[in-house]
Amino acid sequence: MMKSLYVKGLLTAGTVACSMGFGTMMAHADEKELTLCWAAWDPANALVELSKGFEASSGIKMKFEFVPWPNFADRMLNELNSGGKLCDLMIGDSQWIGGAAENGWYVKLNEFFDKEGIKMDAFVPATVTGYSEWPKNTPNYWSLPAFGDVVGWTYRKDWFERPEIKTAFKEKFGRDLTPPATFDELKQVAEFFQGRKIDGKTVYGASIYTERGSEGITMGVMDVLYSYGFKYENPKKPYDMKGFVDSAGAVKGLEFYKSLYDCCVAPGTSNTYMGEGIDAYKSGQVAMQMNFAFTWPGFEADPNVGGGKTGYLVNPAGPGGEKFAQLGGQGISVVANTDNMDGALGYIKWFAQKDVQDKWWSMGGFSCLRAVVEDPNFTKSQPYAQTFLDSMAIVKDFWAEPSYATLLQASQKRFHDYVVAGNGTAKEALDGLIADWTETFEDEGKL
Amino acid sequence: MTDTPADRLARATPQPVARRIRGLSDRAIAWIFVAPTIFLLLSVNIFPLIWTIRLSFTNFAANKPNAEVKWVGLRNYTRILTDADTWANMQTTAHFLIWTITFQVLIGFSLAWLINRKFKGNDLVTTLIVIPMMLSPAVVGNFWTFLYQPQIGLVNYAVEFLTGIPADSFSMLGPGGWARWAIVIVDTWMWTPFVMLICLAGLRSIPDYIYEAAEVDRASKWRQFWTITLPMALPFLMLAVLFRGIENFRMFDLVVLLTGGGPGDETLLASIDLKREAFEKWRTGYSSAYAIVLFVTVFGLASIYVKALNKVKER
Amino acid sequence: MSAHSVTEPSPASKWIAGILVGLYAVITLIPLIWIISTSFKSGPDSISYPPKVVFEPTLEGYVNLFTTQSRPSAEDLAKLPAPTTWYDKITRERGMIISGPSRFGQRFLNSVIIGFGSTFLSIFLGTLAAFAFSRFKVPLKDDLLFFILSTRMMPPIAVAIPIYLMFRQLGLSDTHLGMILLYTAVNLSLSVWLLKGFIDEIPREYEEAALIDGYTRFQAFYKVVLPQAATGIASTAIFCLIFAWNEYAFAVLLTSGNAQTAPPFIPTILSVGGGIDWPAVAAAATLFLLPVIIFTVLLRKHLLRGITFGAVRK
Repeated sequence: MMKSLYVKGLLTAGTVACSMGFGTMMAHADEKELTLCWAAWDPANALVELSKGFEASSGIKMKFEFVPWPNFADRMLNELNSGGKLCDLMIGDSQWIGGAAENGWYVKLNEFFDKEGIKMDAFVPATVTGYSEWPKNTPNYWSLPAFGDVVGWTYRKDWFERPEIKTAFKEKFGRDLTPPATFDELKQVAEFFQGRKIDGKTVYGASIYTERGSEGITMGVMDVLYSYGFKYENPKKPYDMKGFVDSAGAVKGLEFYKSLYDCCVAPGTSNTYMGEGIDAYKSGQVAMQMNFAFTWPGFEADPNVGGGKTGYLVNPAGPGGEKFAQLGGQGISVVANTDNMDGALGYIKWFAQKDVQDKWWSMGGFSCLRAVVEDPNFTKSQPYAQTFLDSMAIVKDFWAEPSYATLLQASQKRFHDYVVAGNGTAKEALDGLIADWTETFEDEGKL
Repeated sequence: MTDTPADRLARATPQPVARRIRGLSDRAIAWIFVAPTIFLLLSVNIFPLIWTIRLSFTNFAANKPNAEVKWVGLRNYTRILTDADTWANMQTTAHFLIWTITFQVLIGFSLAWLINRKFKGNDLVTTLIVIPMMLSPAVVGNFWTFLYQPQIGLVNYAVEFLTGIPADSFSMLGPGGWARWAIVIVDTWMWTPFVMLICLAGLRSIPDYIYEAAEVDRASKWRQFWTITLPMALPFLMLAVLFRGIENFRMFDLVVLLTGGGPGDETLLASIDLKREAFEKWRTGYSSAYAIVLFVTVFGLASIYVKALNKVKER
Repeated sequence: MSAHSVTEPSPASKWIAGILVGLYAVITLIPLIWIISTSFKSGPDSISYPPKVVFEPTLEGYVNLFTTQSRPSAEDLAKLPAPTTWYDKITRERGMIISGPSRFGQRFLNSVIIGFGSTFLSIFLGTLAAFAFSRFKVPLKDDLLFFILSTRMMPPIAVAIPIYLMFRQLGLSDTHLGMILLYTAVNLSLSVWLLKGFIDEIPREYEEAALIDGYTRFQAFYKVVLPQAATGIASTAIFCLIFAWNEYAFAVLLTSGNAQTAPPFIPTILSVGGGIDWPAVAAAATLFLLPVIIFTVLLRKHLLRGITFGAVRK
């Protein structure tokens, strides 16, 4: 009777598995619980620690759902869009704000801010515009600036200071090896380091963003393009892109990015974003690295590149001396679908306090509160603090339109096709981009 | 209708016996047994398919529930069919399909032919060879990006070791045109055992006496292969090609994790493009039309192929 | 027939065939062995160049897989009491502390729940339908059977959009129940076809005898047919399980924090620093592949039948 025993075993196993499934489904968050959704990265771990203070003072248990960057937008937008109840609080990316506001995913926070006396001018202006406002530059707030972030550069200070390297550089270029102040200098330095042997290991010039799947290469290219004169639209006529997206400066900027990719990156870096950049830099593979500021506390603590071996740079200037940087970072919002509205708002109120924000900064969270970053001791608190402040003053951001994902897909495709795959010219790529974006805005009824 | 064994059984069952079954006739039992399956399949396959067709004529966007939904007639279809990118993606898919099937058939059939020599331990080796096809494509795709890393990966290292070409001088998933071959290699690695198994069944189905007769006629081994082995295994081979063709046409997970469609659009299969349109750009109406176009293509090609297959079988 | 009949390959050709196939087996298994060995490497060993074949094995990858960790400052670390468990020790050696369990356990459990739940359901429904198709006169039988088969040919992309909308409407998104129903529907075609083949092979005489002995149809089905079909049911179940276990496209679309299975989760395992933690990914892959490899070995006799929907019987 072995066989029938087997069948019965199978049936029982199945029944148990099924009932477990239903059981888990039924269990749902109660009033005493809040789930916060964010990307899986270092700052998120710091936030878990920070939130213990909130748990202690409110008696609410915090749960967290962190998704790695490459899948973050995809999964969280899907979650919001499918009306899921996973998240009560969302620290969503800056570009989502348009869609979140227009589709009613987030709770509008104006009334709450007024009632609790939370003032938006207490936060760094660029972060309020970037993370909270929709439509942009109007006092309609959908989030509280939570984590300031911006693209900047790190370089191997210890290598830059070695006498033999300094001499070799001076011999070759007739000037001192200094941290680059312009993109042309940056490329020169990168070319200098490319393929050089340091401590018996071959190193490469720079790590830059080239990722295809989510937003990587767009963030990298835009970070350079802004300083070369790229603009998303005619400042006087919204959605008028001809001559702004494909201006002569923008074309030069894109060509520069490609030349940097062709000359000075490590082999096989055709799909690099934040994580790969961190790995390349920490393992001593590259002399310079483009990355968001959130990575900097991790470098300071790293045994290989920490402890003074790393220098931090504001984005270099373009040929015309203009200097801009790509904005990153997020605000914290309340998901409209939440079952625990009071708890969620309570968290934001708690998070906005000065002493919590002070602690946030000390744990590696980039606070956006002016009282924190404008404190006279702030710039001395960390080696990268000044760079962070200077960078936050020159930020620009990608479209935050409700259709941002479509706009982003188009730029990912055009940029990757030109920069990495080497198809067509920079002008063609940007013209193609205008065509794609125009089509999207037409579909939206905005053109 | 032919007389099935079930009919015979139904007749053989004495009437009183059938009555005693809690008052249920055989026909009622049959329906109770079949209905849940049919219902589930209708609601998860046919109903959604009809819904997709409906959506394909609208401008609906699933991420904008408040926006007005308009009928746009055939506009989605004309846009897809006149878009150069669609055709480029179809070509990428075709390249992937043709080469994976070619390699898998060649290697798979050779392996089956060798295994059919029934050498000692052939059962064990067959089981080992089959393992890759049982794995999760997502995990496989993910891990192969590691194997393909120019600096630390096994593939480039092996190439350097065997040919002397420096490992960091090329990147299988990067620019240089290798990426579309990189995905073919992984798919071939994973699915050759599948073709091999079916071919093996085909070879084992050929009765010995045919070869014995050929031997009596003094036909050379070479001639036996072309006149007996291949023709008789052909229906099996074609079945394998059909299964692989359908699977690879809708393939998504392996390639997404390997390349994400890059570099540029070099490995952007139609199915990946569709996923982007539908669930990243949220152009629901447009992507519904896209899905229907792909569905009709695969269904049409498969029907033609099945006709050919049946002809071969009849011979 | 003598040992050296005309159809029996010569010993020399057997040797050559054996060597060639063995060579292929070795090459094809290298990536697999590489996954398993990487799971026992330390972080630096896993990304060293040239790739390390000989290394000091460590369980670091497995510890990283099951825990979340943070890096305290040097002075905080010095203040901590000495590690007590072996996994604490492994973590502390790299200047990290364990801050809690990771999500992998939960994702793995989800895979188990959804995998077994859907397998049970597709076997249950599939056996009933297969029995009916095999033994009874069902109107439009051939059409229905073809319809059931054709649903498997449908590209999931063609129905993914409405299923997404449907799940959203019914509140089935990101639930175990939703995924169980979906995978059941996908697997039903396979289970009906395979099980019908197995039940067809069971001689009807047993049932007829049972019916005459006074068994009802249900009793005959339960007490006579099911035990006879047990092997077939078991192997069909494993095929259903393997599909549900490995599925990615629907899982990535329809699940997130609550019911997410392991395949969408594994590629997103990152180290504390933000880079990809290859030993942990490899550890996850190894744990995830292990059941499938075991099943493959168990299944080897029925493999062919399963992958071809019963079209080819060995």
